[in-house]
Amino acid sequence: MNGPTKDKKMPTAIEEIALPKLSNEEIARYSRHLILPEVGMEGQQKLKAAKVLCIGTGGLGAPLAMYLAAAGVGTIGLVDFDTVDASNLQRQIIHSTATVGKLKVDSAEIMLKGLNPFLNVVKHNTMLTSANALEILKDYDVIADGTDNFQTRYLVNDACVLLNKPNAYGSIFRFEGQASVFGTKEGPCYRCLYPEPPPPGLVPSCAEGGVLGILPGLVGVIQATETIKLILGIGEPLIGRLLLVDALGMSFRTLKLRKNPECPVCGPNPTVTELIDYDQFCGVAPPSKVGPLEVARDKAVGDHPVVDGVPQITVEELKRKLDAKEEIFVLDVREPHEYPIANLGAPLIPVGSIEGRIGELVAQKNSEVIVHCRSGARSQKAALILKQAGFTNVSNLAGGILAWADKIDPSMPKY
Amino acid sequence: MKIHIPTPLRSYTSGLETVSVPGATVDAVFQQLTITYPELKQHLFTPEGKLRSFVNVYLNDDDIRYLESKQGTAVNDTDELTIIPSIAGGIICNEVGSISQ
Repeated sequence: MNGPTKDKKMPTAIEEIALPKLSNEEIARYSRHLILPEVGMEGQQKLKAAKVLCIGTGGLGAPLAMYLAAAGVGTIGLVDFDTVDASNLQRQIIHSTATVGKLKVDSAEIMLKGLNPFLNVVKHNTMLTSANALEILKDYDVIADGTDNFQTRYLVNDACVLLNKPNAYGSIFRFEGQASVFGTKEGPCYRCLYPEPPPPGLVPSCAEGGVLGILPGLVGVIQATETIKLILGIGEPLIGRLLLVDALGMSFRTLKLRKNPECPVCGPNPTVTELIDYDQFCGVAPPSKVGPLEVARDKAVGDHPVVDGVPQITVEELKRKLDAKEEIFVLDVREPHEYPIANLGAPLIPVGSIEGRIGELVAQKNSEVIVHCRSGARSQKAALILKQAGFTNVSNLAGGILAWADKIDPSMPKY
Repeated sequence: MKIHIPTPLRSYTSGLETVSVPGATVDAVFQQLTITYPELKQHLFTPEGKLRSFVNVYLNDDDIRYLESKQGTAVNDTDELTIIPSIAGGIICNEVGSISQ
């Protein structure tokens, strides 16, 4: 055997260290692996020696970490800064009703250790940033990226390339998923596929978001499969291939990916040789140190009385106006399918249709118009559109229907 | 030829998953596509008419960026184009966010 060299990829690295022995209990636990020639005793020992970092313990990270734990991966690192919310449980099966409100890394540890007590869990209760990413990633053999935002996606990609770590990547949107393995020496990286992120204005709006709960399960398990294959050095990993999953058509396609000779990170003449400011790269505001991320990202404002020229009205104030039967026109700018979940009885024009349907509102041009959505973000955009169209008295309901449910009508469901 | 439209862009093709568009080259097909569905244009092309860097287009299994004639590549009716934008989670929108999906 050769001595360890830095540029060897995962499977070789594992072979070159003294593999840990399995206890009799472990042998009993992993018997279905041990009798599989492609895994066998040596493969199981490689799994035990392996250190995998799961970035995010959400929809993708949940099944990913659970299958890795079950398979006998010795060390699983978890990066997440969030706490468990009831709305996560539709897909994030590593958490449970009993752990709502707990830190996700703590909640995930409970599930993983319950599944496999031989597992070593390393918790990184932090947001991955340019300042800490290399330090966190450097101790792991394989990185599994299950993040939902472009900033972290590019950060993880670049860090993996700089550290020469394979990245089992997965991503989902509604009913569609993508998976690949990036960051290997021979294969392309995420930037070869997408040199730049979409500008924030062009990503589909909130209302078009949402995800079929089982889809991250499907894609997360594919990431777990790729991770295990990389550790064992078996099969053909998705290096240089992009897997497209369409859950509705239940079709799987793979497309050829090429290493971009002009890739700024993994090309022969890289221009990105250290981690950069990914918020700036993606054109988004950096997350705020205080308050939830969504507030920082979206500027869904609570306390500022006027934002970009749009007065922000509280739910209490709206309630008072309604009770006093003041002459106001309330407009709901969410999507039609959100209306039956909860509503304030206001007429509905989705934010994306306002410009086209402005004619319907012409009578309200000089009325007091109060726009609302779910959280106050889309309605702020809608208010700006109305202002631009010449509406003279438009306010945004700060906090939207969520605030209404919190402060005015506790019987109203929050979604 | 058949063009596969990804979920995030289907709201600009009246919800259609695949659309059929005639044309002799990739460019011509795209021109026709954005005439039929004008809203797609700004999502696929820069104002200068360049394919956006976060959108990939595959002719059958190959990225058109790596084809010899790129967007000028000749196509026939049995070829398929697939548009693959970068996606980031169910929470692609800016309203709710957490690190994980």
